[in-house]
Amino acid sequence: MKPATIINILVVAALLVAPYWLNAYWVDVLNSIGIYAVLALSLNIILGYAGLFHMGHAAFFAMGTYTTAILNTQFGIPVLWLMPLSGMVAGFFALLVARPIIHLRGDYLLIVTIGIVEIVRIALVNNVFGITGGSNGIFGISRPVLFGHVIRTPHDFYYLIFAFAAITVFFFLRLENSRFGRALNYIREDDVAAEGSGIDAAHYKLVAFVLGAFWAGMAGTIFAAKMTIVSPQSFTFWESVVMFTIVILGGSGNIRGVILGAFLIVGLPEVFREFAGARMLFFGAAMILMMIFRPKGILPPPPRTFNLDFLSSARGGGK
Amino acid sequence: MQLFLEQLTNGLAVGGIYALIALGYTMVYGVLKLINFAHGDLFTIGAFLGLTLLLSLGLTDHIGPVAGIIVLTLMVMGLVALIGALLERTAYRPLRTSPRLSAVVSALGASIFFQNAIMLIYGARFRVYPHDLLPTTSISLFGVDIPVMRIVLFAASLVMMAGLYYFVQRTKTGTAIRAAAIDQGAAKLMGIDVNRVIMYVFLIGPALGGAAGMMVGLYYGQINFTMGWVYGLKAFTAAILGGIGNIPGAMLGGLLLGVIEAMGATYISLAWKDAISFMVLILILIFRPTGILGERVADKV
Repeated sequence: MKPATIINILVVAALLVAPYWLNAYWVDVLNSIGIYAVLALSLNIILGYAGLFHMGHAAFFAMGTYTTAILNTQFGIPVLWLMPLSGMVAGFFALLVARPIIHLRGDYLLIVTIGIVEIVRIALVNNVFGITGGSNGIFGISRPVLFGHVIRTPHDFYYLIFAFAAITVFFFLRLENSRFGRALNYIREDDVAAEGSGIDAAHYKLVAFVLGAFWAGMAGTIFAAKMTIVSPQSFTFWESVVMFTIVILGGSGNIRGVILGAFLIVGLPEVFREFAGARMLFFGAAMILMMIFRPKGILPPPPRTFNLDFLSSARGGGK
Repeated sequence: MQLFLEQLTNGLAVGGIYALIALGYTMVYGVLKLINFAHGDLFTIGAFLGLTLLLSLGLTDHIGPVAGIIVLTLMVMGLVALIGALLERTAYRPLRTSPRLSAVVSALGASIFFQNAIMLIYGARFRVYPHDLLPTTSISLFGVDIPVMRIVLFAASLVMMAGLYYFVQRTKTGTAIRAAAIDQGAAKLMGIDVNRVIMYVFLIGPALGGAAGMMVGLYYGQINFTMGWVYGLKAFTAAILGGIGNIPGAMLGGLLLGVIEAMGATYISLAWKDAISFMVLILILIFRPTGILGERVADKV
């Protein structure tokens, strides 16, 4: 077995048994890390694979969360059933907003997506259509029930979130090596060249955008279920910054790096909670230092190379 | 009509502030192709430094309010310029050859750093500027009462913008800045010290932003450690509206955005004021990504 595989197995095993030794507070921190990891992985599709500078992911997260919150409190639909629907609402919204802007390059896209997340937040605060509850948000979201078991404590949620994160990782690993994943990889490296070799770059970018938003919307359901109360404060631009930073700092395009990034960005400020105000000061400084010393993130993806060894062995050269 | 004129003057006064901040963004973007997310926080630093100097030096009592405020503004500009140059040295220069997004994250880190530094030093509450410094009288113009403060503010921002325009168009350093913005490599070949040019950009932009921060303190009376974020984003919108990298564009974009926002707040909805600015931003980027005065052709795929 490769050392990387062994480390993976050990980390997963440690995470599976971790709640037995941790109190509710730290399990809750792990739950937050899990949700952010899923969000960052969904952003990674857009930012890491397709190379689109997207800093408005909180908007899609908000769409999913509010879809779940509204439908659950108004119609009493069980929370977990709303997961695919929340994803679809977020994805549909992403399709609507991304269509006209997907062709924008680099920083322009970055700025537009910031604008979108702010507009969504203002719409939520202003109680748009009278369904978002204004700045107080929506409360009274019911507890999720799984196989007759009501999920209530952080320890219960831990396994729900763990399962969701595991499915996410599995799905995105499969995606990475699919035809779609490889197409995105070429587009990120050089979209003009990709277009030249017959890849419909605009189409793939749009699909990546919608898929990322869909996944963030599903994460929104879990978030709504965990909080049982949602308000616009959870979906500011800074939430987007956190997701963005997790991806870039962890290593954009690398699933393992993104998960590690979630642990660092969400977990470390909790570890240093006793330092209160000053911890965010050091956090900002650490972001700058990290970028200076590892500009491609802590775990950048391994460079993709074409394996041409079969050519030499076919010629009978061997060693 | 009266309401319209009143909102127009208000929009122009706020627009002048946007324009001053936008100049910092547009100059940095023009030379480095970097969105300096920490620029809004330099603006906040200007507002807080202005308040500190105002309260501690008592200059306005010794040499009169007008001269006092002018001296204080110059001091604030100098100090914020130093912080800006320091920021460039520590957070941006080491990343010049790194991937674009690393510099963006570094800028966000600097923004978090500044915001929390201000919060630790001054506290999270709103701080209040003394309100009896400048005349609170109004003059009547075409049947509209216009506060003198507004006119002073607008005039001050115009003077600063004119000064910058002269500097960039007529002086040797200004020419070097323009050259570096067009092509850094070619500028280097012509013997321009690009590092020096970038340092100048990070002195001038923050100086103007800091002055704008102090002006906001004097105009609205209240400042807070998070205010730089909203102003920064608006100013960036203004820079894009005028054509990013283009100095007259930033001035025009700032004034225009101020007026659009004031009109939107009056005639459409106050609660949606900020959303209106961002919708303008999105529409501009969809239909004319180069802005009003921009020339560069946007890349499309």
